[in-house]
Formats: sequence, C-alpha cells, structure tokens
Amino acid sequence: MTATESTDVLVIGSGFGGAIAAYHLAAGGARVKVFERGPWLKADDFEHDFKLGASYTRVFDFVIGDGMSVLGGNCVGGGSVVYFATMPRAPRFVFERHGSIGRRMWPAAISRDALEPWYDRVAEALPVTQQTWDRVPYAGGLFAAACHHAGRTANPAPSAIDVDMCTNCNWMMAGCRFDAKRSLLLNYLPAALAHGAEIRPLHEVQHLARNDDGSYRVHYRVVDEEDYRILHGEGTIDAKIVVIAAGAGATPVILQRSEPHLGRMPHAVGRYFSGNGERLNTAVFDEDRVREVLKLSRPDGRAYEAYQIGRGPTVASWDRLDGALPEFERYSLEQLYFPPALGTILAQVPDASPSWFGRGKKEMLRRWQSWLTIFTMSEDDNEGVFGPPPETGNAHRFSQQMLGHGPLRYRPTANTRRGWSLADADVKDILERDGLSRVMPWTNDLVGAYTVHPLASCRIGDDPATSALDDRHELRGHPGIFVTDGSAVPGALTVNPASTIAALAERAMPGIVRAAQDRGVAVTYGAPSPDGETAGRRAVAHLRS
Amino acid sequence: MESDEAAEHRMRTMVLEAFADTIIPGEKRGPDDAAIAGVDVGGGAVAGGAIDLLEDPAGGIAPALETICVELDEYAREHAAATGLDLDPDLPPFVGLPFEARTALIEKLTSPDHPDKQMWVGLALFCNMAFDSAPHMHTVDALASGHPGLLAMGYESPEPDGLWRFPTFSYGRQLADPHPSTTSTGSPA
Ligand SMILES: Cc1cc2nc3c(=O)[nH]c(=O)nc-3n(C[C@H](O)[C@H](O)[C@H](O)COP(=O)(O)OP(=O)(O)OC[C@H]3O[C@@H](n4cnc5c(N)ncnc54)[C@H](O)[C@@H]3O)c2cc1C
Repeated sequence: MTATESTDVLVIGSGFGGAIAAYHLAAGGARVKVFERGPWLKADDFEHDFKLGASYTRVFDFVIGDGMSVLGGNCVGGGSVVYFATMPRAPRFVFERHGSIGRRMWPAAISRDALEPWYDRVAEALPVTQQTWDRVPYAGGLFAAACHHAGRTANPAPSAIDVDMCTNCNWMMAGCRFDAKRSLLLNYLPAALAHGAEIRPLHEVQHLARNDDGSYRVHYRVVDEEDYRILHGEGTIDAKIVVIAAGAGATPVILQRSEPHLGRMPHAVGRYFSGNGERLNTAVFDEDRVREVLKLSRPDGRAYEAYQIGRGPTVASWDRLDGALPEFERYSLEQLYFPPALGTILAQVPDASPSWFGRGKKEMLRRWQSWLTIFTMSEDDNEGVFGPPPETGNAHRFSQQMLGHGPLRYRPTANTRRGWSLADADVKDILERDGLSRVMPWTNDLVGAYTVHPLASCRIGDDPATSALDDRHELRGHPGIFVTDGSAVPGALTVNPASTIAALAERAMPGIVRAAQDRGVAVTYGAPSPDGETAGRRAVAHLRS
Repeated sequence: MESDEAAEHRMRTMVLEAFADTIIPGEKRGPDDAAIAGVDVGGGAVAGGAIDLLEDPAGGIAPALETICVELDEYAREHAAATGLDLDPDLPPFVGLPFEARTALIEKLTSPDHPDKQMWVGLALFCNMAFDSAPHMHTVDALASGHPGLLAMGYESPEPDGLWRFPTFSYGRQLADPHPSTTSTGSPA
C-alpha cells in the first residue's frame, strides 16, 4: 500500500450531490478531491451503440436486488450523464408527507417555499429551461393528445436539454454525443476543476475509518477500466470533511461497511429506501385510431410510429398531484422512452400467456415503433432495506460492466401497491379510450420492482430514530461526514428527483463550508453559478447564516 | 467423425437454441432443425445471435452455460415424465419437448417462487436482448447486415456517420391544456 495522501475535502461520487459539493468547496478555497468509481467520458466517447463494452454499458449501472432493481450512472457526472434531464420541482404537498412514521418526514426547516431559491440556483447552473409545444417530439405529442382526449391536462416538462443542439436521437442513456444534454460534465464539474478540484475516475471507495484527530481515512480500490469485476490496487486518503454522494443505492452500503471502523451507524442508514414509487406501463397504439380519434399525422403521412424519435420524457400529466388527495394516492404520469432491452423485456403483452416472452411478445415487438411508455412516479412507503454489504462496491458484479446483484430488499406495502394500481387504471383509462391502444404494466415478477430514482436510504429529518442525517445533512454521531445525494431525500417525490436532489445539495453547502472552517479549512461560501451568473447567489445570500 | 467434445458442444448449443427460440420464436433453418420449433415466421432469438451473446465473456453468463444445460435437460425429463410425453432419445431432453411444453417449463422456472429463478430469468433476458438490441454486435453493423430483431422492430437506421438524428420530430402544435396551477418555472405547484 502506498503512503496515505491527504486533502481538506474528499467527495465520494460525482453525480449531483458530489459535483455540487466539489464546486462550492473548491471555489471557496478548499483542497477538494472527488473519487468516482466509473470512467471519465466526454461527448466524443458517447457512442450510439448497444454493443457490450460501448459507452452505454460503461456508464450505466444496473443492480438487481431482492424485489427491487436500481438503475443509475457509473461514470464521472453520475446519473446526469445517463439521465433524461427532466427537471420539475417537487409539488408542495410532498414536503408535508408523513409516510408511515406518524410525523412529517421532512425537517421542519424545509418546505417547497424554503427550497425555491435553491431550486433557482440549480436551474441557473445547469441550466433548466421550460419547453415549448412546437419542439415536443411525437411521443410526447401523442401522450398530450390522449390526455386531452380523456379530459386531462398535460405539460411539456422543464428540462436541462439545450433543444437547439438536440437531434432527438434518443440515445441519451448512453451519454449525449451532442452535448445537448446539460449534464454535470458541462457546468459544476468543469467549474470545480477550474478551481483546482481533482477528479479521480475508477476509484471506488470501500469504507471509512476515523483518525485520532477527528479526520477520516477513506479506503478505496482502483477499478479496471474495461472489466469492472476486476479491482486493482488499494489506497487510502485522509480528509477533514467527507461528502458521501455515491447515490442512494451505494451511499448506505459504504456506511454499513464502515460501521466496524467508525462505530455505530444511525438506525436509518440503509433503511427507508424509496424507489420514488416508480412503475411503467407500455401501450401499443393502433395507428388508424391515432389518426381518426386524435387527428394526428406526421409530415410523411404516418400517424405516429415514432417511439424511437425524441429525447426521453417530454410531457407529463400532473392532474393527480393534488394535495387534497390522500397520501399514497398522488402521482404524476410521464411519457417516456426506454431503448430496446432495458425497455422491452419487462413489457407485457395484453391478454397473452406467457405475457413477457414467446410468440405474443414477438408480435408486440413488431409494432415497437407504435409503443408509448408511461412512467408513474407515486408515493411509495420507504420500504426498502439494505442487507449486509457485498465484499466490495454496492453489488456483486456479474457482467463485465453494468449488471450486478446487490443487497437491497424491497417488498411493496399495500400503500405502495394502491398507488400503483390507481395509476395503472388511470393510464389504461387515458390510453385505451376509443380503441386508441392496448396497455399493460411492466411485470414485477422477473426482477422485482425497478427504479431509476433511488432515494431516502440515508435520509435527512428531525427525528433521530427515522433519519440518518440532521437537517444540515451531517451523519448523526459522525461529525464531518455529510451526505448530499439522493439518499438524503426523505421519500418519494411524485416527480423526477434530480432537481430536488440538486436543490438540497445546494442548500447544504453553506453548512458544510462552515463545518470545514470549524475543522481548520480555509474556505468560504459564496461562489457564483458555475458559468459566473450571480442572480442565484444574490437570492440565497440572506439564507446562509 | 465428430469428437465427444464436439458432439457435447453441439448438444449444448441445441439446448440453448431451443431455450432462446421459446423466448422469441423463429422459423426453422432447415427440415432437420430440431432446436428451433418453427412456430413463427422470420428469425427469432436464435437468428438474432442468442448463442453468440450468451457465449460473449462480457455478458457474464458464459461460465454457467454448462450447468444451465444439464439442469434444463433434467427439468425437461421430469416435465416429460410428469405430463406423459415421450422424448426422442437422439435429442437432448429439452430439445425433445414440443414448443408448448418448452414454454410451460420456462414459465415454471421463471416464476417468482422458483429457487433458481434469477438464473433462468437471466438466461431469458439475454435471449431477449439478442433479438431486440443485438448487444454482441455494433448496432450499425447489426442493421447493415439485416439483423432480424432490429429489422422486425422497424428500428430506424443512422445517418452515414453512424449517428442517429431526427430533424423532423414534432407534431409542432399544442396538444393539451397545461395544468391550471403550473408555476412560473413550469413545475407543478
Ligand atoms: C435512465 C435514467 C434516466 C433518468 N432520468 C431522470 C430525469 O429525467 N430527471 C430526473 O430528475 N432524474 C432522472 N434520473 C435520476 C437521476 O439521474 C438521479 O436521481 C440522480 O443522478 C441522483 O443523483 P445522486 O447525486 O444521488 O447520485 P448519482 O448521480 O447516481 O451519482 C452517484 C455517483 O457515485 C458513484 N459511486 C457509487 N459508488 C461509489 C463508490 N463506492 N466510490 C466512488 N464512487 C461511487 C457512481 O458511479 C455515480 O457516478 C434518471 C436516472 C436514470 C438511470
């Protein structure tokens, strides 16, 4: 083992939680290092290719658990590289949720109003923009028209995509070749680098230990750049402050593995995991009905047949985001694209047995361009629990890249299942009207439920029994360790979470800077937006104390 | 004459092909094709390259294929005995099952309460993938060589530089009313 290095701040993971911390702390003058388990790719490296070993499998992570599979990023930029960049803010009622703990899940200090200026900072930094109907891809248009036909509303959702640069290729899950998607590779991370932060790809943190002076020693392994099942050398680095932002599927695992070295973890570490209440339905449209009932046609005369065209989700229906409805019965519905394989295998054939393979499935695949996938984000019951950590990382890696088996166990409660079945019925009602399509939810029988929005496995809160972090994101009982990623979010958000994860990370920064100062680090808070804009900074100036 | 090892490999391949063909069925390659049941027209998972994909070391399932085939044959023998089916002694037992019996057996192996479900689901997922995304090939090559799955799905071809672009992509008009309480940032209230 080589000699132990040292730094002021060690950031684990380079997704939203990690990139935002790295930027503010580096810009404020701290020595910052970011350890990221995945590779570091840029626009030219992002291939349009399903081949194993292409950028798609290099940057993507798919961990199969017991009852829940988690999809995420595995690269510098984390989920922002593979994500769909739909960036709505969470509705007001979400912050008032009780879940099943009999009290408000969120810290008293946080409400939608309180978070608004931090959302603004994120919107300025990425940036996030509102979308217009004239640029909504066919699939979003089809969903909107079907909603309208059913007496529902539908919105083009705010997005972190520069639509002028977008080719609507729908390869965004493999990383954006055209830099149209405003991933963290284009804002927070380069700004952090410009301020002297160092990013080390293929560095997977395994556990933390405490030094006598109250700083932390972080143990890592170097991951092979092609075969992630192979780990090379190991090393250690000392840091005065550790920011853990490995994502909600990995952060609690690192902490669990650290327990023998750090001492007892708060009860909520590795508990209360939420999959953001995700659920998918796939509809196969009748092209003639699309033309007759919805009066849609493309310039070339086809009615739809455009599943492949677009940029992930673009249109959402928010009619059930109604704070007056009971908890667990509120959800949003969003049109979505998932590429073949990940997006086809779990789709079920209406009225067929077997429903997910065989002749019927092949027939359904022949109509793939007439598919529309609808994404439900509902209120689940925080029922995910992590079992004992695997030997390294957060999964036992099965394939060379992408696929592994992890320790997360998830058994949806009646509350969660109620939300899903209401949403399924709603989707069916909207999309099957007047013979427009046939719809079926994806099966949960094969890999359990699934989520691209892991949350809450190390959450903030006011109640030490049900939250691992205080409302400043510091790990209870372990001063100097902060968690700023999706695991800090208390529960399901009913909309895409990255905007809220990032806003919470922004909100946590002044407190982390202060903690660093208290530990003797020469750092100040007050960096402008990564590109130098200052409106967001001005707006939060009075909130810092 | 074929060596024992080659014969064994050929048998193993037939079992995997029969499994893949049950997941996404296709047409027989010739009159003597026993592995493919031939219940559908056009190529299925086998023609899509299921065997190449399963044997691709990057996938991670290759080391388990030996065991998988032994077990599949064992289950097939049990299934045949339990349902009174006669198996052709010259074929591996799973290959000897008719399509409906292969289907019934795979449904059983992949059902939520089967102890080895994860392995069978994994195998099925790879067979599916061979057909619908051909991850053992570069996607441009798969399309250029007429990959049966991508072709059947109507997967569009890229531009000459191998990248996909859709310059025409929108109906270009408002198709629904936005939610009345949408905020000034375009988010739900
Ligand atoms: C296909 C897909 C589409 C999505 N679309 C949207 C969308 O449209 N809108 C939206 O709001 N959200 C979307 N999301 C979700 C969004 O990407 C995540 O919510 C967000 O990225 C989470 O941020 P994070 O900081 O919690 O973690 P991440 O962004 O996941 O970052 C965690 C990072 O830590 C790294 N890491 C993990 N373990 C270790 C370790 N031991 N050592 C070092 N590094 C480690 C990971 O490789 C990763 O880079 C999508 C996700 C996926 C997968």
